[in-house]
Amino acid sequence: MEQFVAVTGRAAPLMQINIDTDQIIPARYLGGTDAKGYGAHLFANWRFLADGSPDPAFILNRPPYDSAQILLADRNFGCGSSRERAPKALREFGFRAVIAPSFGGIFFNNCFRNGIVPVSMPIGQVRAIVEIVEASAGQAPITVSLEACRVTLADGRNFGFEVPETLRQMLLAGVDEIDLTKSRQAEIDAFRERDRARRPWIYIGPAASP
Amino acid sequence: MSLTQPLTAFEKIWRDHVITPLAGDTALLQIDRLVLHELSGSQAVRALAEAGRAPDSRAQVFTIIEHLISTRPGRGPLDSVSVSGPAMIGGTREASRRWGFHFIDYDDPRQGIAHVVALEEAIALPGSTYVCCDSHTSTVGAIGALAWGIGASEAEHVLATQTLVQSRPRTMRVAFQGRLPAGVHAKDMILALIGRIGAAGGIGYAAEFAGEAVRSLSIEGRATLCNMAIEFQAKYGFVAPDATTLAYLHGRSHAPRGADWDAAAAYWLSLAGDPGARYDHEVSIDCAQLRPQITWGTSPEQVIAIDGRVPDPSIQPDAESRLEAERALEYMQLSPGMPLTGLPIDVAYIGSCTNARLSDLRAAAAILKGRRVREGLQAVCVPGSTPVKRAAEAEGLHQIFIDAGFEWHESACGFCGHIGDDRFKGLRTISTTNRNFKGRQGPGTRTHLASPVTVAASAIAGCITEAPAGGA
Repeated sequence: MEQFVAVTGRAAPLMQINIDTDQIIPARYLGGTDAKGYGAHLFANWRFLADGSPDPAFILNRPPYDSAQILLADRNFGCGSSRERAPKALREFGFRAVIAPSFGGIFFNNCFRNGIVPVSMPIGQVRAIVEIVEASAGQAPITVSLEACRVTLADGRNFGFEVPETLRQMLLAGVDEIDLTKSRQAEIDAFRERDRARRPWIYIGPAASP
Repeated sequence: MSLTQPLTAFEKIWRDHVITPLAGDTALLQIDRLVLHELSGSQAVRALAEAGRAPDSRAQVFTIIEHLISTRPGRGPLDSVSVSGPAMIGGTREASRRWGFHFIDYDDPRQGIAHVVALEEAIALPGSTYVCCDSHTSTVGAIGALAWGIGASEAEHVLATQTLVQSRPRTMRVAFQGRLPAGVHAKDMILALIGRIGAAGGIGYAAEFAGEAVRSLSIEGRATLCNMAIEFQAKYGFVAPDATTLAYLHGRSHAPRGADWDAAAAYWLSLAGDPGARYDHEVSIDCAQLRPQITWGTSPEQVIAIDGRVPDPSIQPDAESRLEAERALEYMQLSPGMPLTGLPIDVAYIGSCTNARLSDLRAAAAILKGRRVREGLQAVCVPGSTPVKRAAEAEGLHQIFIDAGFEWHESACGFCGHIGDDRFKGLRTISTTNRNFKGRQGPGTRTHLASPVTVAASAIAGCITEAPAGGA
């Protein structure tokens, strides 16, 4: 996992409900097995006009929001398809955190594996951040600290948030999740020995050779 | 917790998969089945190989070619409307053979959409944990599995360890009380629920579907319900195993046999929620009041009874919801207060993991028999699996579809999502699928979600139409 301790940067408000992963990155850009190359297609249907040029009306095409590191959205952000290219596209564009009242569950989990912190906060607090951002024409810095589980505004106001503790610790340390699990192999083996006796039908044989 | 504390089905299944509790509400869980398809699965397999790792439990991994492969009759091994389809199909095929996964190729008689095949082949079993790189994995909760969609990184973790770190959700019980009126189907039940609790209504919950109307549903109908659990963001959607579940699974390819079956069946039935078990949240739907449903907007929560009128955004509770409704109306080219019945459509689509099983095709065929779709309308049927297609052909259903003017395709995910074929660009579609998001079925495509009988009746009429309640 890409380490995340705290980030201070500009925020871009995209205050819509139910922004699904088809909007974050349309399915036609999901091709290929490459790990990178998705940031260019972030919000492609909203960012670009029919002729392929950037739509100047879209917030992420306008300075200073085009260099924002924090995205602000309304509830159920990232609902829909499980595509991990959605957080990959956000990360490549430069985002390190998304603050919204709630998130699609699969997207929420995918964020941690792509260096992004999904911060759930009540809509009133999200709106308070939007107000301070808009009042400063996007210049007011926002700090998201995973270490403190706290979002701090330029005027000193701050709001706590919660994330699953195991994922938080992994992100703070930047650990390799697979290595960490493999360090628990003895516990896994002991579980499976008990489980095979209890649920033998789960442990089916391998595929027949073609 | 005392030994006598009654547990929900979810709590029992979760308990039986915890390898070790971790910090907070998280745990390391045993994963019983991993299913990969060529779109997301190919990424996970490649990442695993690049990290120099090998699969931990390859006998518990299945790969199925179904996402990008063409539905064109006579398709070849690499045919795809997606430009990157051939590479991803070929890569998945090669990796499956190299690693020795259970592999179902495009021309295998078992082939089909992963979530349909998982039930038909009993890849998913009651009380099992089942993951796949696809959000509609919740479908296989129909037989009482805890099944959920994951990203490619989590899939890589499962490949390497056959485990996942998960947060324990809260429990929700959705009780569909009473009996369904004639002409109202599982799709209408789930759309009505999403309309009531909203597209974010299940965030953080494991949703158990219960009640008389659910008990009366076949496994295929339960699959339609569970399929759209993700559309209200429940982490899991499932129906606790019962006699219907056992009758469905007995004798299927990967179901246990002999003494194993007897032990498994007893264990599965023991997973039903205990009397007096407490849920964190309960929702009750009176089925006697249900009408066929149709979506008007760009989220499954934007849904009305088929004889209803498009709601006015001004009734929404807050400014963002009003704006959301206005944006949806603009995209869908609809006005507040107008009826949807009678609205002309360009495309009728029957397919997807939601509603393309044999019972769905039979219900649609009963409407289509002896009739023709409206002139100029594109009508397409993509069966949910190759076994569904073959069974439909054995009954002569394909001839009814073809005689009515439907195209009859090979099985795959097809036109549920837009992966490169622009044939529905800018058109109004009535579809048995699960998502009406902007652009979901093509650039500017306006999708109305409905049940197979509503789609069939609308195809005949050329406009959104309620099916006759008794079928044909």
